[in-house]
Amino acid sequence: MNNKVIQTENLTKTFGDFTAVNTISFDVYEGEIFGFLGANGAGKTTAMRMLSGLSTPSSGKASVAGFDVYRQTESIKKNIGYMSQKFSLYEDLTIRENIELFGGIYGLRGRLLQEKKMALLKNLELEDDQMKLVSSIPLGWKQKLAFSIAILHEPRVVFLDEPTGGVDPITRRKFWDLIYAAAAKGITVFVTTHYMDEAEYCNRVSIMVDGKIEALDSPDRLKITHAAGSMDEVFQQLARRAVRKAD
Amino acid sequence: MKQFFSFIQKEFYHIFRDPRSLLLLLLMPVALMVIFGFAVTNEIKNNKLAIMDLSRDEASRKLINRFSASPYFDLSVLVPESASLETIFHKNKAAMVMVIPAHFNEDLMASHATTLQLLADGSDPNTANSLINYASAIIGDYQQEEFPETASAFQIVPITRMLYNPELKSAFFFVPGVMGLILMLISAMMTSVSIVREKELGTMEVLLVSPLKPFMIVLAKAVPYLLIALVNVLTIIALSVWVLGLPIRGNFALLLGESTLFILSCLSLGLLISTAAQSQQIAMLISLLGLMLPTMMLSGFIFPIENMPMPLQVISNIVPAKWYIRTIKAIMLKGLGLGAVWKENAILLGMTLFFLAVSIKRFKIRLQ
Amino acid sequence: METIIVENIYKYYPAATKKERNKALNGISFTVKNGEIFGLIGPDGAGKTSLFHILTTLLLADGGRATVDGFDVVKDYKQIRKRVGYMPGRFSLYQDLTVEENLQFFATAFETTVEKNLDLIHEIYIQLEPFKKRRAGKLSGGMKQKLALCCALIHKPSVLFLDEPTTGVDPVSRKEFWQMLKSLQLQGITTIVSTPYMDEANLCDRIGLLQNGSLLGIDTPENLTRNFGKPLFALKAEQMYPLLLHMRAYDQTATCYGFGDYHHITFIDPHIQQADIRSYLQGVGFTEPVEIRQIAPGIEDCFMDLLNH
Repeated sequence: MNNKVIQTENLTKTFGDFTAVNTISFDVYEGEIFGFLGANGAGKTTAMRMLSGLSTPSSGKASVAGFDVYRQTESIKKNIGYMSQKFSLYEDLTIRENIELFGGIYGLRGRLLQEKKMALLKNLELEDDQMKLVSSIPLGWKQKLAFSIAILHEPRVVFLDEPTGGVDPITRRKFWDLIYAAAAKGITVFVTTHYMDEAEYCNRVSIMVDGKIEALDSPDRLKITHAAGSMDEVFQQLARRAVRKAD
Repeated sequence: MKQFFSFIQKEFYHIFRDPRSLLLLLLMPVALMVIFGFAVTNEIKNNKLAIMDLSRDEASRKLINRFSASPYFDLSVLVPESASLETIFHKNKAAMVMVIPAHFNEDLMASHATTLQLLADGSDPNTANSLINYASAIIGDYQQEEFPETASAFQIVPITRMLYNPELKSAFFFVPGVMGLILMLISAMMTSVSIVREKELGTMEVLLVSPLKPFMIVLAKAVPYLLIALVNVLTIIALSVWVLGLPIRGNFALLLGESTLFILSCLSLGLLISTAAQSQQIAMLISLLGLMLPTMMLSGFIFPIENMPMPLQVISNIVPAKWYIRTIKAIMLKGLGLGAVWKENAILLGMTLFFLAVSIKRFKIRLQ
Repeated sequence: METIIVENIYKYYPAATKKERNKALNGISFTVKNGEIFGLIGPDGAGKTSLFHILTTLLLADGGRATVDGFDVVKDYKQIRKRVGYMPGRFSLYQDLTVEENLQFFATAFETTVEKNLDLIHEIYIQLEPFKKRRAGKLSGGMKQKLALCCALIHKPSVLFLDEPTTGVDPVSRKEFWQMLKSLQLQGITTIVSTPYMDEANLCDRIGLLQNGSLLGIDTPENLTRNFGKPLFALKAEQMYPLLLHMRAYDQTATCYGFGDYHHITFIDPHIQQADIRSYLQGVGFTEPVEIRQIAPGIEDCFMDLLNH
């Protein structure tokens, strides 16, 4: 776990006179599950956009999978996976078509794509349902499918933006099984969530308040240093200090 | 009543906080008037005319002078005898060629009879026809003035006058059409889109779970667009009077009243669309395909209804703009009064009531 | 005194043929008492929103009957619309209107004024006041949620329907929101609230656990957890993921789920001893120290237990 997959140094993004992300510095290691927490409007989304090559930082340094976020955004995009609760799959395509489409977008072809597709379907036990439209399957399946597709091309890092919102507790846990399995294969997982019990599943957690990273450590050590019984308490302590209220 | 006005106030907030759309609504009529008034015109002016003069005498010179004085023709080339007439057309040097035969003056003096050859590009038959008509008229005038004695007692000379539009200005033709189009677009499309937007945003849910009467919601949505559409009517009339020089021969108040009636029928159509559409895109699509297209094609705005095949003529009767355009032409250009357009009024009123009744029946007090 | 009575409500999703019809709500019955905070807990697609739509008179049920504040949801829909406050799942505000304008508009829509009912929303409104000239679209998620609640309360409703008011809202704003609901309760307002967050269940007086259109259980949070009916163990070690895999492979394990910093496990044999678990782990080569405790189940444990039946 010593290979740094994400490195940032004083990364900053300003919009006019508003500093959305304020000189954040942190490293994420290979195969790590990194929880990226913060209240609404703390700057999480802006930071994720910069790291996934969608937005150019205002100042500071950052690299993802060894590529620079200023100059090598195309290479970054090839080496990361991305899944959000809002958009992930095309509802009017079948499960199989979605896999083939996204696999193709990330450059998987021919035999390799077929093999990966079959493995994915088998893993999710969707072989018999592969011709179903995504719109017709339950939300929990969709999220698992979206995640599996996001890591189909074996990216170095996968960014998950509130991946488990609104699913039932059992499905949520099955989803985390997939995350563990991906991390065990060496894929770094960068995840945001509003479920504080999920923060406990992460190797390390950062908490953003008003554009700055106020805490970064393993859940256990955070609880000790903040004299808190749960991650929820740690979060409440830190986030209540927030001055800015609006996005 | 207070609820109603506060709803209208809210609608105006929506409209004014989207200045780009508002500007579009207010400038669209201006743009359309400019396009139709200056760019798209049925009059063909300044056509390039080539003349092959084999006579070169006094009579031919006078005739050529008449052509060069006409606004319809630009004398572009005098073609030498040896030239091939076809290359003139191939190279697009002229839209029409006139060949004056040798001994033109002599023949006229001697026998009062001679021939002129007019060649036009038939691949564009409408233009060619107009050019030949213009040219024939110029030649006729020339003949009458130079040789008045030839108009013998037995000759019938038809005297034509274009009533209401003596100069055959195309503005007379398109202004009523543009009014119909703009009013239809703004009243029907904008109302339907603005109602459907509330469905999309989810605010309709909250409005329905309130003591607001559903029909009050819908009526309050229509009021701002009624006002904007009336502003558009005034803009179009102002532009056509002061820029395009159109007269208003009939009663101005009646003209506004008729426009209001048409706007109301369009608003009720918009309501009807909003009861059917679930998303703004669908509402927009229905408005464009279901209303704009028929208004352009079947209202008599661009194509004369009389020339259409029978089925289309029948369909044209259900296009509200057809009746509005007829009314406007009667009042604005012919100066007629209410008595002359009662039938059109009755039809528009009937349509409005019908659309309203259907929308009220279809407007849901629940979500499904 | 029952404010809401729901009797055997059915609702089908619209589908092409009768055979294909899926039940969104499958014979739901429950009551909400006057002045109570009743929670409908369940994942997306469980039928929470359909039920809210039926109770707020926005949808007609395909079977069963329901009354709100003594009025029938079908016959007396006009009466109900006058006396309920409703906050739909996506906070339904006008994004291009300011905070103040939104409030004014909804006050007038409900035939009242902001001033008349300021005492009820005062506590929430003072937090919004600094932003009253700001457009709703420019507010943060937590602020939007507060504004939506104000708008739903502006006419002093006797019943408040809140459809997933805390979804996508950060934990701090969520906590504040629940404090507001508690203080509204003191003013006598009956609240029925839906949420996918299990931890919010404990803040309700009574809850209904909803899954696939059926109520799996209705009771107070305390009674629900008391009825769990089997010992529950929490296990913790340094290597949590391998521990999870080992425990799932144990032939005595009935259920095994990650639960924050612990794994929660039930066993087939209700009399299982900690020593049995330890010797199993030793046997499969998991040698690091493991913390094992028997714990009282939470709502989430109960819900997962009910889901498995």
